Amino acid sequence: MARTASPRAAEDPAGLGRARAAGIAAPALLVVLAFLVFPALWTLYLGTTNYRLTGFAARHPHSVGLDNYTNVVKDPAFHHSLWLTFEYVVGSAVLGQALLGFAIAWLLREAAGWLKRLIEALVLLAWILPSSVVAFLWSALLDRDQGTFNALAHTQGTAWVVEHPMAVIIVFNIWRGTAFSMLLYSAALTGVPPTQLATARMFGANQWQQLRDVVFPHIRGHILTNLLLISLWTFNDFTPYQLTGGADTRSQILPVYIYQTALFDGQMGLGAAIALLMLVINLVVALVYLRLLRERRGERTA
Amino acid sequence: MGARSRQPSRIRNLTAVLAISAAVATPAAACSSSASSPGAANVNSANQPKNPTLVITANDISGGKNAAEADWITKTLIPDFVKAEAAKGITATVTFRPNGVDDTAYKSKLALDLQSGTGDDVFALDGIWVGEFADAGYLKPLADVAGSQVHDWDGWKQITDAVQALGEYQGKRYGVPNGTDGRVIYYNKKLFAQAGLPADWQPKSWQDIYDAAAKLKTLSGVTPVQWDGGVPMGEATTIQGFLPLLAGNGGSLYAGGKWQQPGKAFKAALGFYQQIYGNGFGDAVLQQDAKGRDKSFAEFAAGKIGIYAESDYMWRSVVNPKNGTAPMPDRDTDVGYALIPAQTPGAGVNSQDFVSYSGGSDWSINPKTKYPQAAWDFLAFMNSNAETVSRLGGAAKITARSDVNSQVLAGDPMLKFVNDKVLPITSFRPSLAAYNDVSTLVQKAVADVVGGKSPDEAAATYEKGLEALVGKDGIASGG
Repeated sequence: MARTASPRAAEDPAGLGRARAAGIAAPALLVVLAFLVFPALWTLYLGTTNYRLTGFAARHPHSVGLDNYTNVVKDPAFHHSLWLTFEYVVGSAVLGQALLGFAIAWLLREAAGWLKRLIEALVLLAWILPSSVVAFLWSALLDRDQGTFNALAHTQGTAWVVEHPMAVIIVFNIWRGTAFSMLLYSAALTGVPPTQLATARMFGANQWQQLRDVVFPHIRGHILTNLLLISLWTFNDFTPYQLTGGADTRSQILPVYIYQTALFDGQMGLGAAIALLMLVINLVVALVYLRLLRERRGERTA
Repeated sequence: MGARSRQPSRIRNLTAVLAISAAVATPAAACSSSASSPGAANVNSANQPKNPTLVITANDISGGKNAAEADWITKTLIPDFVKAEAAKGITATVTFRPNGVDDTAYKSKLALDLQSGTGDDVFALDGIWVGEFADAGYLKPLADVAGSQVHDWDGWKQITDAVQALGEYQGKRYGVPNGTDGRVIYYNKKLFAQAGLPADWQPKSWQDIYDAAAKLKTLSGVTPVQWDGGVPMGEATTIQGFLPLLAGNGGSLYAGGKWQQPGKAFKAALGFYQQIYGNGFGDAVLQQDAKGRDKSFAEFAAGKIGIYAESDYMWRSVVNPKNGTAPMPDRDTDVGYALIPAQTPGAGVNSQDFVSYSGGSDWSINPKTKYPQAAWDFLAFMNSNAETVSRLGGAAKITARSDVNSQVLAGDPMLKFVNDKVLPITSFRPSLAAYNDVSTLVQKAVADVVGGKSPDEAAATYEKGLEALVGKDGIASGG
């Protein structure tokens, strides 16, 4: 970052003065306060109470200190849920969507225009349909007795969502979310100079070597941004609930766990505590990715 | 309930309301725009607003769950009420907000609406939610909302004390009961004939059920028994499945002012599940299905389930050939019903040979309604003799009103059976705020056993959960 000549100008490049600058930023800051900071603090506060949806504690919640937080951290059900969430994010987003999305983008980059558009349209369709509609379609697909899948695969009587709930929601989310990765990578791949690829091929580089030495260095920033976005989306994804309903805790990823704790069991205080922990995990994930991105920028400017 | 104070002095009422509203005035409640009730003492038909607007809600939906009731509300009740009000010079606007979801989801929605101050004016709720909702301030005694006219309503005389209790909490009336029900065992007579079992079956012990199940198991494509046993089935697992078994051993969840430690009876009830699901008499996977209850209804209607423990709701609203969600055209000839036996004759509560459990829903008023008079008029109107008869629309149901029951039940042998044979031996769930949380623990214990754990293990987990919920002091040993 090169500094400009006058240090004063660097402090106040627009020449507005402190008061006017604050005035301009105030509306945005108020919105952030009202819709982000206040709810987060409110969640933090609720997490320290025994507040419930119904019953005496709904009217007179009292403080339980950090009990909710310590109980959650010690609760095996929470560990279980956290682990399932990890499986879900890594399996469906980091591996599934990102790899499949890249593979489609890479294979289609030289495909005929109509084929490319057709496949892109099909993949996009999975992404743009409302989640309730999609969940209904999948329920029909995987139904134990009359499901299309069982009829095609001759596996009558297999209750997929009950017997293999994690596999179902992972495959589902790959199918659903691949479009985003595909679009992002397609755009990124157009930025890879064809001459460099041609040169690499001339020197006898195989597909993998081309990818590793030419393509990835160019699109590393896109990969990181993509992974950041899809991990956060998947981490907070609630659609699996519509598919398996948590399947008796066997696919109870964190958002579902919070929902069932807070709304079905009515333990709002405890639910708020878990929600806050989830927020913290989100922040950590985001920070790690941003850190990686910044390192990369540092490399580039160095 | 004759001991109920019949003279709630207006002043005492008003102070009670003020005290409660002061207590409720937490920040959350204070910012809701709908003003707190104007004071029950001022509620009377003489000085009410002339253009009341009411929104009514229930877990009923045309073409789906409880379709008959939904249709009755929109097509008959509301127009009748509007007409009756018009005769009094009042222009009422009444709309119905339908729901067609699992009961647990309906409860969450109702609680959230009431908590945020946007709840509908008049709503239906399960009798076992009354305590929780009252403690939360979502419900107030009817007399605190609509004044002492509530106690003067002539309909109370027609409702037995046991049924009135479905709308009461700590000795106060919070809702007008809608009716009651009873649990029985249904069986498919066609399958019974194929398996060489009698057409007029009445098991006398649990062993009789196991024996019949073993015979049914020889039929291909048939699940011998559906005994609700999953968490997704919610309260159905507790009241349809577990509680009649517990009562069949002389046990109960709550007695003498304390929750009962899971003892012999509790474990024996879980042992029944072990017999059914461990021996492949029941479909364990179906119990975990998020739509397990609807699916098992459909399977029974399709003749794929032999024995099914359910309430008369199943007869009226599920397999009913006219308006059921899983209609059976030959219900009256194909479906048999029997009393639920104790584990062995005489082993049930009060040394009974047969047991059952009953519940029922109520209609109540949102304490924040702007039109308490109209809301009460609506409740009284909908539970009048004439409207209760019209609700049935020729079909039978055990209503809250004895006068209506004696008119209509003769037409339906099954419901007459429940009224005459089941209700005299039935038990009711404790009307306590903690009940629903305990019930959730029961569902988890049952699901554990259906999933393969031992009754001892599941009972130990239940006990731990119970301790965390009500404290060691709230639990009595034994049970």
